Amino acid sequence: MKIVVCIKQVPDTKGGVKFNPDGTLDRAAMMTIMNPDDKAGLEAALRLKDQYGAEVTVITMGLPKAEDVLREAMAMGADKGILVTDRVLGGADTWATSQTLAGAIRNLEYDLIITGRQAIDGDTAQVGPQISEHLGIPVISYAQKIEIDGDSVIVERQFDDRYHVLKAKMPCLITALAELNPPRYMTPGGIFDACDAELTVWGRANLIDVEDSNLGLKGSPTQIAKASDKVRKGQGEKINKDVTESVDYIVGKLKDRHVI
Amino acid sequence: MNLEEYKGVYVFAQQVDNVLNSIAFELIGKGKDLADALGAEVTAVLVGSDVKGLADELAEYGADKVIVVDDPELKEYRTEPYAHALASVINEFKPEIFLVGATAIGRDLGPRVSARIHTGLTADCTQLEIGDFPINPIPGREQKHNQLLMTRPAFGGNTIATIACPDFRPQMATVRPGVMQKRAKVAGAKANVIEFNPGFTPDNKYVEILKVVKAVSDTVDIMDAKILVSGGRGVGSAENFKILDDLAAVLGATVSCSRAVVDAGWKPKDLQVGQTGKTVRPNVYFAIGISGAIQHLAGMEESDIIIAINKDESAPIFDVADYGIVGDLNKIVPALTEKLKAELAAK
Repeated sequence: MKIVVCIKQVPDTKGGVKFNPDGTLDRAAMMTIMNPDDKAGLEAALRLKDQYGAEVTVITMGLPKAEDVLREAMAMGADKGILVTDRVLGGADTWATSQTLAGAIRNLEYDLIITGRQAIDGDTAQVGPQISEHLGIPVISYAQKIEIDGDSVIVERQFDDRYHVLKAKMPCLITALAELNPPRYMTPGGIFDACDAELTVWGRANLIDVEDSNLGLKGSPTQIAKASDKVRKGQGEKINKDVTESVDYIVGKLKDRHVI
Repeated sequence: MNLEEYKGVYVFAQQVDNVLNSIAFELIGKGKDLADALGAEVTAVLVGSDVKGLADELAEYGADKVIVVDDPELKEYRTEPYAHALASVINEFKPEIFLVGATAIGRDLGPRVSARIHTGLTADCTQLEIGDFPINPIPGREQKHNQLLMTRPAFGGNTIATIACPDFRPQMATVRPGVMQKRAKVAGAKANVIEFNPGFTPDNKYVEILKVVKAVSDTVDIMDAKILVSGGRGVGSAENFKILDDLAAVLGATVSCSRAVVDAGWKPKDLQVGQTGKTVRPNVYFAIGISGAIQHLAGMEESDIIIAINKDESAPIFDVADYGIVGDLNKIVPALTEKLKAELAAK
């Protein structure tokens, strides 16, 4: 079985969020990580590899420094890493990104493609389903459990008040929830090998069946009209007193605001 | 693509088990604002099996027109037949704007549809308006009028971006549930109902549903609560949520929680507030033992009054709280419950 896992390098917004004195986000002070949902998707692929035997290829689109997440994935157990990087691919929205990744994946044999549900920087959850559309294969989003059954995949798909047990013929694309599987750690041997592992680097010329008009900033139907750091509500009052005073304070405020 | 051909505001009227989701009415409400600005109509697109009877309810909330795609293949939600239904409606009727709820279903369906018809899709919008793009004129560049300007949070709620889709139609957005206002219901209102069936032929993209398992839940929807008593990791255990239950009972409030609590297995996922849970904006939000990760703040900071109780003076929740109390929740919460009991009994 051949599995392709799409991963993304993202700024770490969890825990390590830093603000400038004016309340805006201090991006320079933030680290980059492998997107958590993608890491769960990779873990799902590695478990299938452990259970059924599989070749796991990780692919990422990004700046040259995104090779860090490929090496991390290989240290966890992925077999091959592909970096898709090219100046003409920059500024892509989800349409152009999914076109790019689909164009790269057309070079590969695959039974399953796994992506994370969404990236923590964009939070769109769009690229996975869009790749599946371009490749003409089924998509199952929000997978919480994946099993292989002959030439099909059986997936528990979670949404709102229920889950579906779905069966799809492979090839199929699955988007994974971070809750799916806690990711394994890199092994020392894995880290050692991953440092030296040869990565495949592809550019525009390697993309199959994609027109220039669908790539990068120029190929993006959505355009940013404006962007700003969010102005937060701002701090109100804060007290640090004993229990009785604290309780009286809250009750007083609830009365002032006509809650009680 | 001749952009002039595309007219009207369309919304996906999501139903599950033949019950319309509240997001359908919210989208109609917002759709009316946009349609008024454009001098256009709002059309609800109702997709399912035996769903025609729901059209009147959509009309009562303001839909001028309802397109019904009714087919046995559409009984339970599946990506492919639903994507085919919406893409076919768009190709046939050519809407200028198409809105979908940013529900689990909408966030699966929207990208598939936008990729099929080749247009842009802006995810998880919290604000929509009609305006110019570019917003300010730029010499040498055409400024287009009557564009849909779609505003959404990114970076876990740290930044906000306004997006346009000037060269493709329809302009598509998924819209976060609980943010847009429904219009008042007009009993007896009728819409122009159009039945449309593009034909459904299963192919490799149709998945088979082996089983549907519904979670049994008797909890109130936290998005409808006027007062939420929300607990975080600091509550310490599932059992200790009892002190929050007691406080909620006195105030007629509902208990909700942060992601850490769900991850620890103390509370079910449908009570989770935040980026990967639900967006709430009650009159009063008690954040008890919640540190206030960005992802949590994104789901609750629009609440009218935020009261935070936390022993960590530097917890980020205090950055958005109207009233912050530094202290031990195990002492303050039970004492607050008793005091409120006494106050309310005295009234």
